[in-house]
Amino acid sequence: MARKLKEHQINRDWCKGCGICVAFCPKQVLELDKHDKVVAVRPEDCICCKLCEIRCPDLAIEIILDEGEDND
Amino acid sequence: MAVKDYLRERFFPHMWCPGCGHGTILNSLLRAVEELGLKKNDIVMTSGIGCSARISGYVDFHSLHTIHGRALAFATGVKLSRPNLNILVPMGDGDALAIGGNHFIHAARRNIDITAIVMNNRIYGMTGGQFSPLSGPGIKATTAPYLTIDSPFDVVKLATAAGASFVARSTAYHARESTEILKKAIAHKGFSVVEILSQCPTHYGRKNKEGDAVAMLEVQKNNTAKIGSKALAENPNLIPRGIFVQEERPEYCSEYDKIIQHAQQR
Repeated sequence: MARKLKEHQINRDWCKGCGICVAFCPKQVLELDKHDKVVAVRPEDCICCKLCEIRCPDLAIEIILDEGEDND
Repeated sequence: MAVKDYLRERFFPHMWCPGCGHGTILNSLLRAVEELGLKKNDIVMTSGIGCSARISGYVDFHSLHTIHGRALAFATGVKLSRPNLNILVPMGDGDALAIGGNHFIHAARRNIDITAIVMNNRIYGMTGGQFSPLSGPGIKATTAPYLTIDSPFDVVKLATAAGASFVARSTAYHARESTEILKKAIAHKGFSVVEILSQCPTHYGRKNKEGDAVAMLEVQKNNTAKIGSKALAENPNLIPRGIFVQEERPEYCSEYDKIIQHAQQR
């Protein structure tokens, strides 16, 4: 069963805008805003691979899955 | 528990530069600890000095921030007095192999049950970008404005020769792979060495025109290959990744216990 996204929980205080998540997202879901903080601009394209979450050097992104899914 | 439950959130955002690979290594390490289901109270992290060593302040384990290069010496003391605890020792390339080079080879020789993580960004970041014994020839550093001429250590070969019973290498780019390797390294009984290639966009990247963090991660992706892979067979210049050594050998604390028993029987 495909995993279903609830939201990208982004900690804007911790994000330093390095752009690693933006560059390596396979579906180009993320972008940096004018304050150099990451935002999910196309959440509908997210496949919940969590590559952004596991590579984030600032531990600022968490992929929250829909209820009933395993939110490890 | 979630990864955040292992953090001392009051110290965040951390002091590492934007795009520093050390943050990703912290991320991978916490996932390994979480997936192994280790209790925070059963983990001791000791670290020395450097950007990498600041990691011990960010984790909600027992932690010791010690002197330069001596993290393994302190860790040895902790492990011998409390052998049931899991000891994690993240070190920078200079901390582990220049200042702490002697401690590194002797900890490996003893095969004491400690997990040593070499966060290798090939430069001294905190003090302003001096070259380290892992920089290798032909790189620019504050202390080598006309390029370095020194050959680097190969951490994997050095650790293997010194007697470590678990030796592996991964990169910050391969974060999932790092977590899998770290899980095996922590579970291994004996001295484990995991070298994780990291990026320092601020000093190494800027001086050597390697671009930003994303470009440096692309280098990690393109210049490494899994051991046993076709890519590595076709291009031996690539840096091999994976587990190089995984052997059962007498562990130091167990051997020490036997000596205590032997002495008490007399």
